[in-house]
Amino acid sequence: MQRNIYIYILIMAAVTYLIRTLPLTLIRREIKNPLVRSFLYYVPYVTLAVMIFPGVLTDTNTYVSGLLGFGTAVWLAWQGKSLIKVAIGMCFVVFVAELMLVG
Amino acid sequence: MMNNKTCYMKGLQDGVPIFLGYLAVSFTLGIAAKKVGFTPFQATIMSLTNNTSAGQFAALGLITSGATYLEMAITQLVINLRYFLMSCSLSQKVDAKASFFHRLLIGFNVTDEVFGLSIGVDGDLNPAYTYGLSTMSIPGWALGTCLGTISGNVLPPRVLSAMGVALYGMFIAVIIPPAKKSRVLAGIIVVSMVASFLVSYVPGIRDISLGFRIIILTVVIAGLAAVLFPIPINATKENPYAA
Repeated sequence: MQRNIYIYILIMAAVTYLIRTLPLTLIRREIKNPLVRSFLYYVPYVTLAVMIFPGVLTDTNTYVSGLLGFGTAVWLAWQGKSLIKVAIGMCFVVFVAELMLVG
Repeated sequence: MMNNKTCYMKGLQDGVPIFLGYLAVSFTLGIAAKKVGFTPFQATIMSLTNNTSAGQFAALGLITSGATYLEMAITQLVINLRYFLMSCSLSQKVDAKASFFHRLLIGFNVTDEVFGLSIGVDGDLNPAYTYGLSTMSIPGWALGTCLGTISGNVLPPRVLSAMGVALYGMFIAVIIPPAKKSRVLAGIIVVSMVASFLVSYVPGIRDISLGFRIIILTVVIAGLAAVLFPIPINATKENPYAA
């Protein structure tokens, strides 16, 4: 490592901060265009859905435990359980499933 | 809208799964950082100032290979571009009364998870809620990184794997309740998951980095949805289909 590690970190932090802050600070007024408004409304749902699947299958130690955890979380959320209950319930199912599957 | 203190406390509470999930993910980041020669201090500073996972993992590789500063800047720009889209979406969600300073502060911690929960609140977003989430997420991310760098592999993979899915559980808890009320949203979510799954197997496309796949899928699917199912202009912010 010839270059300074702290300068690397500074550059990373600066670039990332600008990406995250520019739209928030520049777009301050309510967007009136219905198409853009609708697009921005759908963005989070699509982004989160895309990140959940198939990531949940590959981030666990087995596909099966990921799928079981996913099913559990969807079921708990559908019942209207709180965020914490959904998250912890999912962790618990994945843990038990891997205990049995991976040994 | 709830007052600042209530919102902050709600953020702290909702931030618990973020804390757990981040602890697990950043622990593996810390282990990786140790391997390429980071000291615990350097790794912790990196996590405290960046709050990204893919971006930081990529940075480890770049630093080891002696990349130029420009290469580092461009890589971070590309990998973290999805935050730009999230920030656009958040710009419409933040309470109009919140000052410019609040927007500068919220911007520091627009992560997938903090964004997901912030956008999921009913009505306008009180910045205090996001600060509550950040109070859990930033220390969780830094602490896990630090512990990973110090201790190496002490936690069994099964425990890390189970803790890590807390993040997915949160996402699911955010998108399912509105999907239950709206068939359109439910359909869009199913289409998004199926598309994401298929795309991860298509030769050529599966080689595109995850960050870019997320951006492409989001722009295409949310764009089509906006054309096919535009939201009435005077609909409420939280869920136009609920009423």
